[in-house]
Amino acid sequence: MTKDLVILAEDLMKVYQMGQVEVNALAGVSLSIERGEVVAIMGPSGSGKSTLMNILGCLDLPTSGRYVLDGEVVETLNDDQLANIRNRKVGFIFQSFNLLSRTTALANVELPLRYAGKIPDRRERARAALESVGLGDRISHRPTELSGGQQQRVAIARALINNPAIIMADEPTGNLDSKVGKEILDLLLALNRDKGTTLIIVTHDPVIATQTQRIIRLRDGLVEEKK
Amino acid sequence: MNIGQSMLEALETLNGNKLRSGLTILGIVIGVGAVIAMLAIGQGAQNTITGAISGIGTNLLFVSSGNQVQDVRNPKPLTLSDAQAITDPFAAPDVLAVAPIIQGSGDVTADGQTMRVSVTGTTPVYFVMQNYSLIEGDFLTQDNLQGNASAVVIGPGVADKLFSRRNGVVGETIRINGQPFHIVGLLQSKGGGMFGSQDNQVIVPFTTAQTRLIHRSVLNEVDELYVQAASARAVPFATDEVKQILRQRHRTPVGVDDFSVFSQADFLTIATTVTGVFTIFLGGIAGISLLVGGIGIMNIMLVSVTERTREIGLRKALGARKRDILIQFLIESSMLSLIGGVIGILLGWFLGFIVGRIAAASGNPFNPAISLNAILLATLFSAAVGLFFGIYPANRAASLEPVEALRYE
Ligand SMILES: Nc1ncnc2c1ncn2[C@@H]1O[C@H](COP(=O)(O)OP(=O)(O)OP(=O)(O)O)[C@@H](O)[C@H]1O
Ligand SMILES: [Mg+2]
Repeated sequence: MTKDLVILAEDLMKVYQMGQVEVNALAGVSLSIERGEVVAIMGPSGSGKSTLMNILGCLDLPTSGRYVLDGEVVETLNDDQLANIRNRKVGFIFQSFNLLSRTTALANVELPLRYAGKIPDRRERARAALESVGLGDRISHRPTELSGGQQQRVAIARALINNPAIIMADEPTGNLDSKVGKEILDLLLALNRDKGTTLIIVTHDPVIATQTQRIIRLRDGLVEEKK
Repeated sequence: MNIGQSMLEALETLNGNKLRSGLTILGIVIGVGAVIAMLAIGQGAQNTITGAISGIGTNLLFVSSGNQVQDVRNPKPLTLSDAQAITDPFAAPDVLAVAPIIQGSGDVTADGQTMRVSVTGTTPVYFVMQNYSLIEGDFLTQDNLQGNASAVVIGPGVADKLFSRRNGVVGETIRINGQPFHIVGLLQSKGGGMFGSQDNQVIVPFTTAQTRLIHRSVLNEVDELYVQAASARAVPFATDEVKQILRQRHRTPVGVDDFSVFSQADFLTIATTVTGVFTIFLGGIAGISLLVGGIGIMNIMLVSVTERTREIGLRKALGARKRDILIQFLIESSMLSLIGGVIGILLGWFLGFIVGRIAAASGNPFNPAISLNAILLATLFSAAVGLFFGIYPANRAASLEPVEALRYE
């Protein structure tokens, strides 16, 4: 029973030093996620969901603990290798979209390719990605000329442009109404179905959570025992 | 990331904040413009001065009394007999000719016009040494000299001022310090020299000057001797011979000459050194404004890094390496300074041109010279300013942590 694990985390701790006080944002989180899984992370506000996502997405390093992402032992990597992993293995989707407001949807989607070395057909790939999220007619719009749902679609196109092993979304629908939120979720689920991309979604919405295969619940920096 | 694309992107970013970029560029424009203009003016001055010195002939020596380097007690003045001694072909075989010079200034009057000019008393050989040519008439002659004649050769500037023409002035009479002289020759223009314009002078026979115009305390005293060596190559030998003769005649102690001998090469060296220092000085002062411009770049880049913290965080989250961010910001800052540099070169060129025009209009033709070197220097320097003052802000941007940068409001 060799499981194909994309994520294997053991005893992750994240401690923030706030003056005299230590805040244990993560107090020893262990989890594993298989390739192709769709996982929801839930938990009350301040329970450490974002902190965990940032570490899983290699945006941040744990204070201690072991983390293997798609075969890479993260704590042994240097800055450039981490950047490379963020670029190729992970697609990140943020609650607040985080698009560059000065440039077009196309340029935003192209951005990860720019950091991926020499890729000849960047334009075409970016256009195809925008088409696949249903924005083929909006490629030269700037973020300010798009609705929230459309902006999040651009962000999804950007996340999938490098064919990452995992897409991590931190409250991707948090800034959207429920109808648009559902469309976004369907888009992500379709990605999982069609390409087998592993999905990790942080959410407060139980409706969304029920559509995933597994729910990991956090409380006070720890994983709650599964029921 | 590909550099061409990064440059385009940098241009777009700078374009997104036109006023701010424009003002920052202006700082560099002024700095580079000032440097270029000052170097051009310094170089132009150098060219004019060395040109004037080169114009005096390569085989001339100038002997004056006194010692420029050290103090000498009781220096003896140069006299006509010194000049006579130097012409001795046995004591000074490398000397071709000697012209004694006595110099002063005087008021010349004609047709109710008055002008202050420099008055030179000398011998006919002086004209040959100085390579003068004539518009009309003749140089002074040996007869003029021996006859203590009231003959004068005038410069074209004098003719312009007194007669408002440059033809038919030979034969006219002018008064120098009230005494009548008749014009025997009109010199061709030689332009500005290192001792003021040579066009505004009158030349009279040495004897006449000595007795009637320029009085010196010592009998037969001369101010300077112009010595012509047999050839340019003979200049060092002629120098030694002149020194030897004068030391003997003046009975100076060893090593303490009471006279000085300069060759054209000496003057050139001095002039080049002096104008070189002058150019560096001007350039250095202008360089300060370039420095200020550079600080402006640094300032604006720091603001830009702070403003774009989230953007930097996002780029890092999408896979930008430290070096990608570093390059992005360095390109932006060097673009600012490079654009400023190019415009500054044009401005400097324009300023130099204007200064040249003003100089020409005021009768001192002088060409500010913008050398390719100065342009290269300015371009390199402004790019370096951009890089240097961009490094700190860019480094700051590059070392931001992705999570913290993304959380920044
Ligand atoms: N940079 C930081 N410095 C100090 N403490 C921090 C920092 N980031 C997070 N924390 C703390 O860590 C804990 C977990 O924060 P985190 O953002 O992961 O919560 P969350 O589960 O994502 O909450 P929410 O659902 O509101 O987004 C909180 O108590 C928070 O105060
Ligand atoms: Mg959160």
